[in-house]
Amino acid sequence: MADSIPQSRSRDLDKLLLRPGNLVGPTFEAGSQLRDDIKECVRVLVIGAGGLGCELLKDLAFSGFQNLEVIDMDRIEVTNLNRQFLFRIGDVGKPKAEVAAKRVMERVSGVDIKSHFCRIEDKPISFYNDFHIIVLGLDSIEARSYINSVACSFLEYDSDDIPQEESIKPMVDGGTEGFKGHARIIMPGVTPCFECTIWLFPPQVKFPLCTLAETPRTAAHCIEYAHLIKWDEAHSGKTFDPDDPEHMQWVYSEAVKRAELFGIPGVTYSLTQGVVKNIIPAIASTNAIISAACALETLKVVSGCSKTLTNYLTYNGVEGLHTKVTEFVRDKDCLVCGPGVLIELEASVTLKKFIDLLEDHPKLLLTRVSVTYRGKNLYMQAPPVLEEMTRSNLDLPLFELMGKTPRDIVHVTGAAGKGDKKQSCSRKLRVIFKGMVGVTDMDMAGGA
Amino acid sequence: MLFCRIWGEKGQAALEKASICLLNCGPTGSETLKNLVLGGVGSITIVDGSKVEVGDLGNNFMVDESSVGQSKAECVCAFLQELNDAVKAKFIEEHPEELIETNPSFFSQFTLVIATQLVEDSMVKLDRICREANISLIFARSYGLMGLVRISVKEHTVIESKPDHFLDDLRLNDPWPELRRFAETVDLNTTDAVVHKHTPYIIILVKMAEEWANTHGGKLPSTREEKKQFKDLIKSKMITVDEENYKEAMEASFKVFSPQGISPNLQKIINDSCSEVDSNSSDFWVMVAALKEFIASEGGGETPLEGSIPDMTSSTELYVNLQKTYQAKAEVDFLVMEQRVKNLLKKINRDPASISQANIKSFCRNARKLAVCRYRLVEDEFNSPVQPELQKYLTDEDYGTLQEANTLKVLPENTAAGLYILLRAADRFAANYNKFPGQFDGEMDEDISRLKSTAVGLLNDLGCNGSAISEDLINEMCRYGASELHVVAAFVGGVASQEVIKLITRQFIPMSGTFIFNGIDHKSQLLLL
Repeated sequence: MADSIPQSRSRDLDKLLLRPGNLVGPTFEAGSQLRDDIKECVRVLVIGAGGLGCELLKDLAFSGFQNLEVIDMDRIEVTNLNRQFLFRIGDVGKPKAEVAAKRVMERVSGVDIKSHFCRIEDKPISFYNDFHIIVLGLDSIEARSYINSVACSFLEYDSDDIPQEESIKPMVDGGTEGFKGHARIIMPGVTPCFECTIWLFPPQVKFPLCTLAETPRTAAHCIEYAHLIKWDEAHSGKTFDPDDPEHMQWVYSEAVKRAELFGIPGVTYSLTQGVVKNIIPAIASTNAIISAACALETLKVVSGCSKTLTNYLTYNGVEGLHTKVTEFVRDKDCLVCGPGVLIELEASVTLKKFIDLLEDHPKLLLTRVSVTYRGKNLYMQAPPVLEEMTRSNLDLPLFELMGKTPRDIVHVTGAAGKGDKKQSCSRKLRVIFKGMVGVTDMDMAGGA
Repeated sequence: MLFCRIWGEKGQAALEKASICLLNCGPTGSETLKNLVLGGVGSITIVDGSKVEVGDLGNNFMVDESSVGQSKAECVCAFLQELNDAVKAKFIEEHPEELIETNPSFFSQFTLVIATQLVEDSMVKLDRICREANISLIFARSYGLMGLVRISVKEHTVIESKPDHFLDDLRLNDPWPELRRFAETVDLNTTDAVVHKHTPYIIILVKMAEEWANTHGGKLPSTREEKKQFKDLIKSKMITVDEENYKEAMEASFKVFSPQGISPNLQKIINDSCSEVDSNSSDFWVMVAALKEFIASEGGGETPLEGSIPDMTSSTELYVNLQKTYQAKAEVDFLVMEQRVKNLLKKINRDPASISQANIKSFCRNARKLAVCRYRLVEDEFNSPVQPELQKYLTDEDYGTLQEANTLKVLPENTAAGLYILLRAADRFAANYNKFPGQFDGEMDEDISRLKSTAVGLLNDLGCNGSAISEDLINEMCRYGASELHVVAAFVGGVASQEVIKLITRQFIPMSGTFIFNGIDHKSQLLLL
């Protein structure tokens, strides 16, 4: 059929991007310009190069995106090979992000994938602002929460508390567990952010220490006893490394002894690994399904070539096949994607005093705080060079440091939460200096 | 060998033994097979007669620049082999449609056939062949932003259905004598606070139920008021407010009131005509027949006991002893079942040892969770779909339409059902005009009106005269022009591979009906036609 027409590599994608339609997004403008823009101008960041990340990179590359970056702190393990299709036995020990990027570039010509072998917290916040959309292929709640807070920190509200469209950093998030998974679109300020619906991710069940120490009943209790109690007793000061096979073997054999003592069956090496590393079992097929949904939504958010998911898809293949779309709603008081926590200050308050204040603020409870204002570092906890450079600001009034602006947004990063539940986060604060703003402007305080 | 924690060693062994045939290795087929090769499937045979074209480089990860002009089956096969060198990978450079016409016996050698991107006519023919040869078959199709997955097998039975949430088999509503006796050895009124707060809730509930029955003419709580009183009674036994075991007992108190006997689902299975066994019966149905006898006699209306208990607040000693009490009863039930299975096998002239102990044991443990899936012939669905169902699907609004009021377009119909009709109309269109609607630029207007009249004709043939498909959706279908988008193929292939794993491992429950992937807004649907 039609042999004379020279074929294009984007033969199939062109149908979707070059032809007009009626069931499309409001911004859709079919044409080769759109295709070229996706190719040349749109920058996509993929977080995670594991089971989901590998699929995402491939899927996005085939969806016309040519400027991709990927960030992952892990190295390839043998146990990854049965679901992470970009890795081969010879890659074991190499950084996932590097190998995944290289493999996709080898097979999909034209695509450029830059890899980052590091923790997500190692990148400056500004790094994340460089992308048009961020796609998350993660298996940890903490990491999702961090990226969410970073993306939401870019969001700006106008004086009527309406989100400013150009400041919205869209995210597409996927997750799987066995035969189940979810995909969602987060448009900060428009759809619920990760934190608005944090109840969807119930906290991990932790065993009470007294059960572990006194009345173990299951194999998992014996393993956690060896891991959490016995290890510290036997290795004073040495931290347990879950990636060290000798450490794992030690915990396993202690757990076996414990189980024998109490007559409890079922301790195996693989269960030990599962419990200690808190491994969520993942399989290739579910990763493929969820990643495909995420990549498709990424293309739709960017191009408007179809309607988008509103806003949360669940997939369950355990008993038959069930998919469901749920429209979750925003938490109007969300600390992360809301207009920001309102902080009222006297003009004389120093940066040091301001930082102390955040530690006691009941909604924030922030420690190890770094402060930036309009992209300028006012105080940085790390690295040491920056700390030294910004230290002298601590004794200056914040009002002066903000160029005597009576009210504005200040970004802070630090650790939130209490005790051992602390985690990195980024928060947006609306700082207002008392007596410097007209009274009529102050009614925005209702949003705090 | 690594095996997946989800389907275990037994599931892995089944995968390694399986021989799978893939028809057409575009992105839908390649992605399906990729997931299975990663999972450790034993052998694959790829059938595809086409050569790699430049357009394929934009949607198929398993071909690259150097493959243009070469056999697609060969290229995909080589890539998949690279993923897992344990898999036996073969390819046949031939068009599946020809193979279906000329060599139907070819398919008998496989455990399962995955047929991708086949049009209706070939689907129907292949389905007849596989049904006759008793080969499992799964169809997968990607078409623009939509897709279809359909299993076709006469009967698929599952012992290890592994449901997510299933009530523990504790028999608190009808404890057997040994459990009662064990409970008698524990004193709930102990003054030892440590012992008191380490008495497992199973024992608390067994004793409290007995106490209740003694004062209520042998009956258990049944009205809402009685249930509340029963909970209050439990609460009154607490010494301090922080006794976790008593809190657990109150939460689990409904297990005392839950109805006795088997579920409607299991009732349906034991009433199935297949439970009248003869020498042609499968092991599954022989065991179902034994189960039916067990329930009617030794079981007193119940299945064999599962034999495991969930974790609960308890001293180690009481917990372990309780576990043993449950295991012992399960073992007794198993031995009865084993004898019944042997007797039945003898009766149907089979070797009484031909069903292994391990299988009978697994059957007993899972007796409450058995599943039987049956699939219509595709031809029957296509020619005479369950009419009221189809009518309902077509007129039902999308679930969740309410929330769409503020989006650009409110779809006036069930998109998934509309897409199903249009995919079939597109195949009719292709049979008539030798191209798919919208396949070539510049013929869109004509194709749209032709697709519309084809869809109207199809709906008439199906007896759905009153239903219409919206202009928007017909336009959309023509816009797709039979494109095979990689992301849609990855989704559809993912679903297909997941169902294949369920069919081969005989674990979990495969989907029923025809799955329509709706990539427009993800309101996909299973159509039970």
